Amino acid sequence: MADHQFQPETLAIHAGQVPDAATGARALPIYQTSSFVFDSADHAASLFNLQTFGNVYSRLSNPTVAALEERVAALEGGRAGLASASGMASEAMALMTILQQGDHVVAAGALYGGSVTMLAVNLKRFGIDTTFVDATEPAAFAAAMQPNTRAVFAESLGNPSLTVLDIAAVADVAHAHGVPLIVDNTVPSPFLCNPLRFGADVVVHSATKYLGGHGTTLGGVMVEAGTFPWDNGKFPGMTEPSPGYHGVKFYETFGDFGFSMRARMEVLRVYGACLSPFSAWQILQGTESLHVRMERHCSNARKVAQFLKDDARVSWVSYPGLPDHPQYDLVQRQMRSVDGLPGASGLLAFGIQGGLEAGVRFIEAAQFMSHLANIGDTRTLIIHPASTTHRQLEPEQQIKAGVMPDMVRMSVGIEHIDDILWDIDQALRAGTRS
Amino acid sequence: MNTLDQLSRILSRSQTIAVVGLSAEWHRPSFFASKYMQDHSYRIVPVNPRYAKTGTDVLGEHCYADLADIPFAVDMVDVFRRSEDVLPIARQAIAMGARCLWQQIGVVNEEADQLVRQAGMDSVMNRCVKIEHGRLFGGLNLVGVSTGIISAKRRLTKA
Repeated sequence: MADHQFQPETLAIHAGQVPDAATGARALPIYQTSSFVFDSADHAASLFNLQTFGNVYSRLSNPTVAALEERVAALEGGRAGLASASGMASEAMALMTILQQGDHVVAAGALYGGSVTMLAVNLKRFGIDTTFVDATEPAAFAAAMQPNTRAVFAESLGNPSLTVLDIAAVADVAHAHGVPLIVDNTVPSPFLCNPLRFGADVVVHSATKYLGGHGTTLGGVMVEAGTFPWDNGKFPGMTEPSPGYHGVKFYETFGDFGFSMRARMEVLRVYGACLSPFSAWQILQGTESLHVRMERHCSNARKVAQFLKDDARVSWVSYPGLPDHPQYDLVQRQMRSVDGLPGASGLLAFGIQGGLEAGVRFIEAAQFMSHLANIGDTRTLIIHPASTTHRQLEPEQQIKAGVMPDMVRMSVGIEHIDDILWDIDQALRAGTRS
Repeated sequence: MNTLDQLSRILSRSQTIAVVGLSAEWHRPSFFASKYMQDHSYRIVPVNPRYAKTGTDVLGEHCYADLADIPFAVDMVDVFRRSEDVLPIARQAIAMGARCLWQQIGVVNEEADQLVRQAGMDSVMNRCVKIEHGRLFGGLNLVGVSTGIISAKRRLTKA
């Protein structure tokens, strides 16, 4: 077997899955089993002690799920991956692996609504405070750091604000304070952006979105870079004997995948938000075509953004792939180019003349664009965030999260571009009819 | 840097591994790695004066105080010691006819590396024998680690 640096297109199809050792099956088998037999009492003891690699129970690890973990880790250029039941579970897992009562998080204000709620409400209940800052200002992250700050959390491409994180600059801020930068990379997908290459330490994904792509299956994946120095004195849980796992020192024992192992044994195993093997298999069917789909999502979204920008019925358009986006330079620097232009993913936002009411009429008039709360599907999806995904937030939190009252969010699908533009046009006609 | 082929060959042809600095404490990395290799049919030969002094076996094997005390041939010398302590171990490894000097993760002695290569031995630095075995022959992938293995052949399950 020769050493070779494989491209993302090849990794999307092959990484994490060689033909099954037992049967020679070329496609990935679905190991739909709760548990795995031990060869002997000694083998069982070695497995429980983590002295040998192997499977015990599918809440901890499963060969089908492991294929997804390795594939996303490879696509992100990371050391190890860990899958879970949803993107929210992956985000919770990344944070709960290192945070404890009395700790503090600096987070981008422009986050998916569920992430804001997790930090501002749910983790707060456990004594973990979060300061939300302007995601476009690395200096704002620096200003919010406290002695008890233990993580910085942001989205590479904000949903639905479409603000772009200067990953290298914010990673520098985090590292200057000895804490990791955790980046939600769901919107670009690992094909368009790899935050670890710009200095992020951990990436989380909702695999429900572009990784799966078909809108059938929920899942999440967390990937660690393997380069963060967990022995810098701020993370005793990584270096001291684990009271939750009979004295294992995760960083010393597992080194550059110690964070993932601790997440697996102390969070996934304990809180139980594991991914089903069947779900992992379904997500992997989508991942195999990630690169082809993302190119089409990008080119379709760019055409939709331009169409909306040129249309008098539309009051504003936000799409990071348009040269007038305030962070276009950063998009060019951080994201893969598609057809010679920055691949800015399939997500865009706009407001319609006539404001909120016109927006609601537009959504209701759509013929095949689906009104639902998801993104990253092959289908074009539309939603009014202020009244749905970000409904739990106070109005000022909504503005902080980049959600304007009249905002329509569109996840541009991979249908024929002429048909998408046709549906937008006829819905705009209905929306702006007074 | 060792290629996949080199690592695979080293692990396939080694049967007996002298582990210098092996701890008898079950939660130490040296014990983890050696227990794993033992579970995968390698013979582990503990080398640690601390246990040799009291005649304490480690992993069910007689523990020697020094590499030079081992009365039979070993294929690999696996080093869990500080980088600056490796050179004399490398000299002993050459003298006893070992075929590979393996310096564990965090152990990097370039001089020792040069020395054993000049003696015609294989040399590995800053890698874990357990992790490389699990990467090449299966197991490491089960905990989501990116193995870098892209292949349309069945994974060999035994070294």
